[in-house]
Amino acid sequence: MDQIAVHQDSATSTDWPVAIYRTLKSFGVAQVSYVPDAGHSKLIKLSHADADIKTTVLTTEEEGVAMAAGAWLGGDRAVLLMQSSGVGNCVNMLSLMASCRFPLLTLVTMRGEWAEFNPWQIPMGRATPQAFEIMGTSVLRLKNPDDAEEVISAAASLAYDGDQQVAVLISQRMIGRKKWTRETH
Amino acid sequence: MSAPTGTLDRRAAVKALLAERGDLLVISGLGSSSYDVFDAGEHPGNFYLWGAMGGAAMVGLGLALAQPKRPVLVVTGDGEQLMGIGSLLTIATKQPGNLSIAVLDNGHFGETGMQLSHSGLGARLEVIASGAGIHNVSEIVDMAGIESFRASLRDLNGGPRLARIRIAAGEVERALPPRDGTYLKNRFRGHLGFRVS
Repeated sequence: MDQIAVHQDSATSTDWPVAIYRTLKSFGVAQVSYVPDAGHSKLIKLSHADADIKTTVLTTEEEGVAMAAGAWLGGDRAVLLMQSSGVGNCVNMLSLMASCRFPLLTLVTMRGEWAEFNPWQIPMGRATPQAFEIMGTSVLRLKNPDDAEEVISAAASLAYDGDQQVAVLISQRMIGRKKWTRETH
Repeated sequence: MSAPTGTLDRRAAVKALLAERGDLLVISGLGSSSYDVFDAGEHPGNFYLWGAMGGAAMVGLGLALAQPKRPVLVVTGDGEQLMGIGSLLTIATKQPGNLSIAVLDNGHFGETGMQLSHSGLGARLEVIASGAGIHNVSEIVDMAGIESFRASLRDLNGGPRLARIRIAAGEVERALPPRDGTYLKNRFRGHLGFRVS
């Protein structure tokens, strides 16, 4: 397991995944599920390394929606991590959360919106906010690394205290350009 | 070429499975599985799905991880489990000892006109589950098998387990549980001692 600095007092702007992790901990999140994304890799490592968080890799994103419902039934707070290309997979399962007013907090790393290299990522990336909104899921944006704690905290309150489904879209600009080749451009 | 269907009466099978249930928590998949669980006896530890097809086993996993000291049983149909087939792989990665899945397999999509399902066309869910990494799997064809599976649910270290229960394909009268999801959620959480906020 890589060494990850978690215990420093203030996260720098490049440590926004650490700020997210700390905020989730402060809300008592006990289950994290994910379909991997490079932008979430640090948070996924932190979660796996934490014995108090049950961390689960999924085969497809809607599994994590249903799992969050089950977690809540059993008294656990859950978070679902995915990238924007997985949001469409969740649409029908979001009915479960709306019908029962289950809290859902999902953190979505964006593709297809900022210096995107792969045209295949663009349609779902562009449709991501609407895909949530048509199902009644609230959408918050995290664009500035320094806002990570504040935005995640607001989203967590809205989800766990307000019984809402909330997606935080993490801007692709925060994650940086994907390096496809070793050559420099 | 369709596979032979089973002979077990689904209502009798589920009733026997839930007899003397003790602290068992139950998630039922949409359609007939929810009707069967309701018909076996209303209980605040039942959470009936009326939608979310393919999600029953994952609701069960989230619950099983949150409540490791309680046995959790997912009762669902072959069509519902087939739609969430990947969840068998996800459950296997966590190896929750307290989670059991009972798939009521009649080889058909019962709610929609009895079209043959993939299991009716030869797929064997217990074999798929085994390949996914769920090692405690069985095929149940009679009431003795139901009784043996029921007794095993109490063992919190024996899961995850999946049983494919070969039920008959005939129509059964509907028995309709409450449909209000928020009520079912709060009732279930209340049963576990969580206050409604």
